[in-house]
Amino acid sequence: MRIVFKTSYDADIRLFKHNAQAFWYLLLFTVAILLPFLVNDFLIGEATLVLIWAICGMGLMMLVGQTGQASLGHAAFMAVGAYSNVIYQINFNMPFLLSFPLSGLTAGVAGALVALPTTRLHGIYLAIATLAISVLTEDIIIILEPITGGIAGIFAPDIQIFGYTFNRYGNPVELYWLVLAITFVVVYAYRNILRSPTGRAFAAVRDSEVSAKAMGVNVARTKMVAFAISCTITGLGGALMGHFATVFTNETFNLIISITLLLIIVVGGLGTIHGAFFGSIVFVMLPLLISVTRDAVGSLTGSGSITIPGLESGIFGAILIGFILFEPMGLYGRWLKIRTYFELFPFYRKDMFRRQKSYLKTERTR
Amino acid sequence: MDILQLIVSGLANGCVYGLIALGFVLIYKATEAVNFAQGDFMMLGAFITLGFTNEHYLGLPFWLSVCLAIAIMGMLGYLLDLIVLRRMFGQSQVAVVILTIALGFVIRFIAGAIWGHEPQSLESPIAGVELRFGGLALGMDEIWVIIITVLLTLLLYFFFARTKLGVAMQASSQNQLAAYYMGIPVKRIHSMIWALSGIVATIAGILFASKGSIDPTAGLLGIKAFAAAVIGGFGSLPGALLGGLIVGLVEPFAARYMPAGYSQIFPYLILIIMLIVRPHGILSQIQTKKV
Amino acid sequence: MSLLELTNVTLRFGGLVAVNDVSFNVEEGEVFALVGPNGAGKSTIFNMISRFYTPAEGEIKFEGKSILNWEPHEIPSQGIARTFQNIELFEQASVLQNLLVGRHTHRRSNFLADMVFTPFVRNEERVHREAVEHVIDFLDLQAYRDKMIAGLPYGVRKVVEMGRALAIKPKLLLLDEPASGLSVEETQDVAFWIEDIKKVMGITVLMVEHDMHLVGAVSDRVMALADGRMLAIGTPQEVQNDPAVIEAYLGSDDMSEDGEAA
Repeated sequence: MRIVFKTSYDADIRLFKHNAQAFWYLLLFTVAILLPFLVNDFLIGEATLVLIWAICGMGLMMLVGQTGQASLGHAAFMAVGAYSNVIYQINFNMPFLLSFPLSGLTAGVAGALVALPTTRLHGIYLAIATLAISVLTEDIIIILEPITGGIAGIFAPDIQIFGYTFNRYGNPVELYWLVLAITFVVVYAYRNILRSPTGRAFAAVRDSEVSAKAMGVNVARTKMVAFAISCTITGLGGALMGHFATVFTNETFNLIISITLLLIIVVGGLGTIHGAFFGSIVFVMLPLLISVTRDAVGSLTGSGSITIPGLESGIFGAILIGFILFEPMGLYGRWLKIRTYFELFPFYRKDMFRRQKSYLKTERTR
Repeated sequence: MDILQLIVSGLANGCVYGLIALGFVLIYKATEAVNFAQGDFMMLGAFITLGFTNEHYLGLPFWLSVCLAIAIMGMLGYLLDLIVLRRMFGQSQVAVVILTIALGFVIRFIAGAIWGHEPQSLESPIAGVELRFGGLALGMDEIWVIIITVLLTLLLYFFFARTKLGVAMQASSQNQLAAYYMGIPVKRIHSMIWALSGIVATIAGILFASKGSIDPTAGLLGIKAFAAAVIGGFGSLPGALLGGLIVGLVEPFAARYMPAGYSQIFPYLILIIMLIVRPHGILSQIQTKKV
Repeated sequence: MSLLELTNVTLRFGGLVAVNDVSFNVEEGEVFALVGPNGAGKSTIFNMISRFYTPAEGEIKFEGKSILNWEPHEIPSQGIARTFQNIELFEQASVLQNLLVGRHTHRRSNFLADMVFTPFVRNEERVHREAVEHVIDFLDLQAYRDKMIAGLPYGVRKVVEMGRALAIKPKLLLLDEPASGLSVEETQDVAFWIEDIKKVMGITVLMVEHDMHLVGAVSDRVMALADGRMLAIGTPQEVQNDPAVIEAYLGSDDMSEDGEAA
């Protein structure tokens, strides 16, 4: 354990607790930048996907982990980001540099609009309202066929910035760097929120609405801000996902995707930025693992490659149940425990991370 | 005249929604957990019955299959609470929500692996018979659905009003601590509630599968049932049924009189309007926190 | 003009009259205590002042202005802070963060500036931090600064709760049973702090408390309530010897030695 001697208030305000921590994150970032020189194009594509999911996950994390508001419909805001980004580019001839932030803004405004009536709701009502929104979005995309392409889908053009082209197949490395840069900006903004009054207001609303009010926090407004920020981030992720997928339809951002986002943040670790990254790594790696296992089993039994429909979502479900029951703090929580174990060796105690019952206690009376 | 047909088929659908909604309102009232897998319970119950009774599978007598399915689903509900949900006691509601959603995924996968992904019909005595009055054709199955739902509702009413177990369930849902002090085994009651809602879901599933067909994704119907429960007032048993009927009735009329594409968004539109105008539903029961 | 004036305030829950035609004034710079048996309506009065409840009849004025048009979250910025009887801290945050939430009413940045963390936000953070550090020094919370609330013992939580209200820098502090569940030593600390809050910080205190020793030691005036009605008002001595109060507390028999039974 490192003891940090704080000699100024800035020690608690700065982004890293101490220089060693700053060093490790800098190293991580450097490795991330140099990754294309280390692995092949396929893996770079997967890494890009991890980053995109992590961005979307951070969006939901802001809402669920930081503000304690459940959303079962965040895929809807990914859809808003993806569609608006492409529509701005095609129908309004905007460059990516303009359409991309605008698409985030659009998703944020959509989120705020959704939050406007629903901030009075909490817990289960909010979950159901967002669930309904997720279902509705699919139908609305079909109804708005003239601009969304309906069931046929919409084609996302290549990203163009100052004459440079970013395409998943043509130049995956450049696309990776672009996504990495955006991820960096989102993480930085997220950290800033956590260390500022806004982040504390979120935590206040999460932990006790009554006492947040008594401290002068406007609960309804705070929830709305949380929704707006959360949906902006998720919308940006959705816009990138649109470019990554190149073609998307009403079914690309369905209910399963909303649940997937929840899976990412729960498996990764609720309430931490790390969690969004850990979770999306698991989510992206899992299909690879499953197909590798499937091939191995297939060649072992000589029956060729077996396909079981619904296997992936079944396994996702099982993993999710396992994490909620046995590791509610997610992978990041597990990582913290392992790290502390080695730092304190041999003085680690099993109940050091005993979790107090947290976030929302009884929902009926709030 | 087809207005009457629309009403009957709407009511029949509404009964199924209502029964599913009833299932999670039961659980919510008693344990504060929200079972997002209730629709998948319904699907599983239907498939178990189907697996027992259909010629293609075991070909057992219908009523025996129903009893077996009810017993199995009741047990499954009980064990689920005992093994899984009890560990979640006092944890955040969001965690429980995610848990039950995940459970739904797993159930869907299992059902698909056992019974396949093709839609199948339940071979029940009420399926496929039609009642004709002159030019009017009413599905006997739909009428049966309505009758059975009414009977089940009455049965549940008497169960909660008259039996010792029912009263104990009511007591523990109103004040867990007080019920515990009065010697009611609250934890066991919770498991029994899960069993009960598994049974109600099975009956809903049997009704649903005998008036149409069922496949593993039928559990997604649960979302509509959710809408129903919220419209009726989450936490109110009559409200759940009422909400189910409203959603069921709105659907066929919307499909009839609205342009294609708009009809299926109707239940959710009602839900969202409801949440804005009267967030706690038609028959609301709200309490506020004391400080 | 009194700091806080309640005039003929009545509140009903269904058929139950929780607070029945209660009037009292809290003068600037005094410690005013509400005493009474459970269910007398003390906490209900607190909840009306912090606007969680709205009285059916009557008027509540703070610094001469009616507060009945304000929302609960607007109350702290007007200079009224409160604590809760059953501690309502932000469990998954550190003591420091909890106290900093108390500075929310003094916040001048918005969420966009926060996201970029402009120099202005950074300076604001330093100012808030300094204000909070004064509270930490005052309540001896240095050892717990970075600890999570979820892992803290009851007594410390109680103090943090008080600190969070003080971080608001209110004119009027509402303390809902500040000593309940505390040991004798901790209660003594609370007594000293209340004295200092009044004398050093110049904050008026309105408190609900059952411990009559504490009430007798720190309060300037006391009001006794029973069943939502006012029984007596005056100095601690006068109220304790008031026949109506004695009867409400102990039945019609003679009072033994002091009001410990409260």
